[in-house]
Amino acid sequence: MIAETGLAALWLAAGLAALQLVLTILALRTEIEVSAQVRSIAVIEGGLTLAAFVMLLLVFARSDMSVALVFENSHSAKPFIYKVAGAWGNHEGSMLLWVTVLSVAGAFFALLSRRTSERTLVAALGAQATLALGFYSFLLIASNPFARLFPAPSDGEGLNPLLQDPGLAFHPPTLYLGYVGLSVAFSLAVGALLTGEVDSRLARAMRPWVLGAWVFLTLGITAGSYWAYYELGWGGYWFWDPVENASLMPWLAATALLHSINVLAARGALKAWTMMLAVIAFSMSMVGTFLVRSGVLTSVHAFAIDPQRGTFLLALLAIYVGAAFVLFALRGATLKEGAPFELISRESGLVINNLILSVILGVVFLGTLYPLFVEAISGEKLSVGAPYFNAVAGPLALLLAVLIGIGPLLAWRRERRPLFKELRVPALLGLCALAITIILAPRMSILPRLGLMVAVYLAAASILPLVRRNPVRTPIATWGMVVAHFGIAVALAGMAMNGAFTSERLAVIKPGETLGVGPWTVLLEYVTPAAGKNWTAIEAELRASRRSGSTVLRPETRYFSNPPMETNEAAIETFWNGQLYTVIAKPDPSGGWQLRLWWKPFVTLIWAGGALIALGGALALLGRVKRPRRAEPEWRKERYA
Amino acid sequence: MSRAIRFAPLAVLVFIVVSLVWRLATPVDTNVHSKLDGKPVPMFSLPPGIPTKAALSAADLATGTPHVVNIFASWCVPCIGEVTVLQALKARGAAIDGIAVRDRPADIAAFLARNGDPYERIGSDTQSRVQIALGSSGVPETFVVDGKGVIRYQHIGPIDALDIPMILTKLDQSK
Repeated sequence: MIAETGLAALWLAAGLAALQLVLTILALRTEIEVSAQVRSIAVIEGGLTLAAFVMLLLVFARSDMSVALVFENSHSAKPFIYKVAGAWGNHEGSMLLWVTVLSVAGAFFALLSRRTSERTLVAALGAQATLALGFYSFLLIASNPFARLFPAPSDGEGLNPLLQDPGLAFHPPTLYLGYVGLSVAFSLAVGALLTGEVDSRLARAMRPWVLGAWVFLTLGITAGSYWAYYELGWGGYWFWDPVENASLMPWLAATALLHSINVLAARGALKAWTMMLAVIAFSMSMVGTFLVRSGVLTSVHAFAIDPQRGTFLLALLAIYVGAAFVLFALRGATLKEGAPFELISRESGLVINNLILSVILGVVFLGTLYPLFVEAISGEKLSVGAPYFNAVAGPLALLLAVLIGIGPLLAWRRERRPLFKELRVPALLGLCALAITIILAPRMSILPRLGLMVAVYLAAASILPLVRRNPVRTPIATWGMVVAHFGIAVALAGMAMNGAFTSERLAVIKPGETLGVGPWTVLLEYVTPAAGKNWTAIEAELRASRRSGSTVLRPETRYFSNPPMETNEAAIETFWNGQLYTVIAKPDPSGGWQLRLWWKPFVTLIWAGGALIALGGALALLGRVKRPRRAEPEWRKERYA
Repeated sequence: MSRAIRFAPLAVLVFIVVSLVWRLATPVDTNVHSKLDGKPVPMFSLPPGIPTKAALSAADLATGTPHVVNIFASWCVPCIGEVTVLQALKARGAAIDGIAVRDRPADIAAFLARNGDPYERIGSDTQSRVQIALGSSGVPETFVVDGKGVIRYQHIGPIDALDIPMILTKLDQSK
């Protein structure tokens, strides 16, 4: 019954989305006042979809094997948390999660939005309902998550063991909150293009959604990177894999958007560009979902691959993005650009920021899809790897990092002060860092060396907006900006250190023998079998020692039975100045064991930086939502008069 | 903003969508082609997988008639479904030998009793050594070996009913 209730809720929600679409068209063609009705429909629709998702969680929690999806992706012997996580660790469930976030975001938008005009609100809610309608039909026609099996099997087939990890269980929902949160920005842009009300009010309405989605995207990417780092056992934190790029592309677009939106909000300029970015940011989320779910690109993340589903998703993508682009092409000419600005000003700083971010986005997009285009034209198979991305995106990112230090110091419209004075200290610190690396590590390669220099400079420069200001009276949003920019410096430092100073050893050794890596001497004490709820393992005990002390690590290789698979559980020990990363692999016929060791100085800074960036975004969001009420805009006074 | 610029995003989108449609519509050859095609089976001699059946060695595969060699394991779920396909092959006259990977005699016997037994000989490869020498990276995999002991075909992953005619043709060509 639970599954049928879920399915019914989904059908009802789809019906309501269709009704909402009809009402929107009516409202835009005539002058009928429907905003109250449209708002309540959006809220009910969100509630129904949420209910359907809860039903799916329930059938997974109860291990109801008569539901085909549970049978295929769960097993009664699994730990409870992974039974629940299994609900979205598959194609149908993850698409239901996608549409749940989409319609719940629509519901909250309908409840909370007071900043746009009623007409734009109705148009935006209509756009949101149209988006949801496409994904409802996808679920109901091509991927029903509630399909039953008859007769019911006695037990399930299990969940991919790589996904049985607390980090990954919550990684997809976080990323989806980011992906789909951008749908509100998309809908608002479409709504505003329809009604022609592209102005600073719209930018203020859109900004919290972009910030919120961006915070979740940042968290999702950071967590995903850490998961790949410790679970795949390869010691890397970013592989430029199509699935990783799929999450990076919306992030880059959203980052550009949340900067350009400030220009629109404060100065009424960059209208067309901001609308375009809002459309592109969510389009990139859809492209990402399409790439991951259709399997057109080969990836280490092997998800269910099904051409029919790919076609359906591609059709949705083409319709939505195509319609938004057509609308942009037709209405773009009517957008009047706002206040002009001079060459050296906050506005042009943000324009340069947007240009660089867009070029990086283009580089990643091209690199991700290039193999596809080449094969379409010449039939040749190739793959684009890290060397391309690092060589092209790396220098651009460094240039951007240099400018991040300058941008926030510029005044709106026109900057008259000489900025070099303020930037003297950060620039000097950066040059000191450069000198130190040249003396201490003369053979370091160029990119990490420049990376370290820029990181030190940016860490100092990012704090400048707070200098000589009363910390209490400084707006929270400014604090957010400083924290996020400082986080970029921290992450950059981590990447540069990891790139320059990582030491790696791979060898076969027998119990009782030792292997050195970096400052560490690692002794393989013994190898012993171990067992968990649904796996057996071999576990090695390693004693690692250096001058300042010693520690014990226990890496494992786990063998899962349902489905049969082997995973490496790296043992990682974190110290203040780095991580010791150990993996035990296959036994050798001579009685030895393959051991892989890495010493990664300051690698944790990468994820600490990611967390700081997300925290900065959260502070900015808080600052934007909880603004001091002193500057009440005109329209708001009218509304409550 | 000029007309051309306003329509540029649309043009890029059309190009991308057309490429993606082409990609989805073109069937992709995802098979990994074996490097061992046309090479003789490496020398090996395995103990019997269950006491009641003959053991398997490289010499047993060079007897003048082509053989199907199936790499399987009692702990392998796709192997269960494959047994019916192997039995259909056997009914059409194929000689099938098995290599049980990382398995125990009692488990193999139980697997055969439950799912059926298409094998003439079963070798027990407890350390995956022969499997690796054959260039096989997982279970199940299926090889066609000609009468001189030369590998003619390697199939990665389970074979299904649709593969039967193809394997019979390979066996005919190996005579």
